Amino acid sequence: MKKFMPLALLIVLLVFPIAVQNAYYQHLMILVLMWVVIGSGWNVIAGYTGQVSFGDAAFFGTGAYTAGLLAHHFQISAWWGMAFGGFMAMAVAFPFGWICFRLRGAYFALASLALNEVCRHIATVAEPLTEGMVGILIMPTFLSKLPYYYIALALAVFSVVCVQVVMRSRWGYYFLSIREDQDAAESMGIDSHRYKMVSLNIAAFLTGMAGALFMNYMGFIDPEVVFSLHDISIMAILVGIVGGVGTIYGPVVGAFVMVGVHEFFRTGFFGLFKGLAALTGSDYLIVVAKYVSHAHVLGFGILVVLVILLLPNGIVGDWNKLVGRFFPGNKKETAS
Amino acid sequence: MEVFLQTLVAGLLKGGLYGLIGMGMSLIMGVMGIINLAHGQLMMVGMYVTFILFHYLGIDPYLSLFVSMPALFVLGAAIQKYTLNPLMEVDSILPENQVLMTVGIGMVLTEIIRFIFGSDYKSVQTSYSNATFFIGEISFSIALVIAFFMAIGFTLLMAWFLLKTDIGRSIRATAQDKDAALLMGVNSKRITIITFGLGSSLVAAAGTLLIPIYYLFPDIGGPFTRKAFVITILGGLGSTVGAIFGGITLGLAEAFGATYIGMAYDDMIGLIIFIMVLLFLPGGFKRLTKI
Repeated sequence: MKKFMPLALLIVLLVFPIAVQNAYYQHLMILVLMWVVIGSGWNVIAGYTGQVSFGDAAFFGTGAYTAGLLAHHFQISAWWGMAFGGFMAMAVAFPFGWICFRLRGAYFALASLALNEVCRHIATVAEPLTEGMVGILIMPTFLSKLPYYYIALALAVFSVVCVQVVMRSRWGYYFLSIREDQDAAESMGIDSHRYKMVSLNIAAFLTGMAGALFMNYMGFIDPEVVFSLHDISIMAILVGIVGGVGTIYGPVVGAFVMVGVHEFFRTGFFGLFKGLAALTGSDYLIVVAKYVSHAHVLGFGILVVLVILLLPNGIVGDWNKLVGRFFPGNKKETAS
Repeated sequence: MEVFLQTLVAGLLKGGLYGLIGMGMSLIMGVMGIINLAHGQLMMVGMYVTFILFHYLGIDPYLSLFVSMPALFVLGAAIQKYTLNPLMEVDSILPENQVLMTVGIGMVLTEIIRFIFGSDYKSVQTSYSNATFFIGEISFSIALVIAFFMAIGFTLLMAWFLLKTDIGRSIRATAQDKDAALLMGVNSKRITIITFGLGSSLVAAAGTLLIPIYYLFPDIGGPFTRKAFVITILGGLGSTVGAIFGGITLGLAEAFGATYIGMAYDDMIGLIIFIMVLLFLPGGFKRLTKI
């Protein structure tokens, strides 16, 4: 049963845009698929290798800017960014990792946070190259959302398969051993510095690809969007943690949940308050609706706190615990 | 030459305040072994406490130290007790979930403040906010000079507290070896709570001292968290004396960077220093001075 779940999910995703013609839901699904890619990348470096990165936006933004700048300066298709974006992100990740993996644990986390900020600064200040805060605008290639959807789906499938292949290879076991005990891993002859680098570069590559996709799909980027700490880096962490740290399908679940939550706040509980306000004619509720739609960062913050306290291994990682809590009798059945 | 001296003075004075910010983080770092990524946000809350007292009650920022510091002590202690300590028992794959937790707390603090006060800039204008005096051709901001000496005072007080009192000794013992301290009868859980409270009240003091010459908005926390982090790395992890030197170094570097390179590179200078320290002096100033 469990074996066919991914296949079933894939089939559902393949027929989804044909079954649901609504552009809004298609847009949400494209975002979900993009977050699957970013979440998978984060999961490789943080979930499997144990080096929590707060700077995914640096790689995401690099990928997005690669695509955007190629189109902007050389008048070639921004889709070339899909080919180069991942490698450009690796070019950022390589020197960064080389220096910062001298640090262990939390220091790497902070260094990546700083990398995030520096990339945003550079993108803002280097106006001749990046147009600064004006941002980069390109013409979208397709009018329909269908091509974007299938490209995003292909990328998401690629990233999930890629993570799966890597984690079943020798590298995967190296990553896990570094996460569990770096000293022990080193004493077994694993070059922890080198394999952390490998892991970081895989993560950067996937995230950069997602960034290039974002550029092509959205058609507009500026430093505040693609190098955003809250909307990209923290979101990537949440996708990873909510779904399940160190699980293949965790980011998939996490992406669905987090895009849903994000949208939930952005639309003011899917227009619940606005509807209520219209129904009762109360001005107070309109104000509440306005506040709620601005509160998605607060919602994220509270979610971080709650998830870490109650569900530290995510929905996939703590699935048996979750099931056990809600259906105490069923525990045995789900375990088999 | 005048520009040089003026920059030097400005950097030194600012560095004293930075030292105070870094000291709180260093203390928390030493005892709990985690980086507190909500540090700047705690400072922001302390600044808003001062702002409320000044704006509604007309209390001078320096007097409101007596309110903002205890208030932030309570807030910090509560954060440690109810969110960070329970995490020690939660079993998780990621070792850094306490750090992640502080990120979440920082976000919640920022957004709650934004909810209450909105995103616009606030400032506390006192009679001495813009007052200066001159020695030769060099101007000294009075508020910054007061802040500098207060920061030195707090550092000395802190050093006395850590070296001479019982609780201070317990804090140092926990920082050196948690298990051994536990065996010697130190209630390490209580110590972590006190430490987080102390760290928060120190950074609140820095915020309160800074506010007469600075402005205030909810997102001010993030940059200061990063500064505190650079200071801690510079000074050596967990070293309180090192934090002061780290703070002064960062203050000087920022001042000279702003004068000779450009204002826009403020944050980048911090990162460049950070990378330089990692490359050439891993372990920070602690390694040079051995304290």
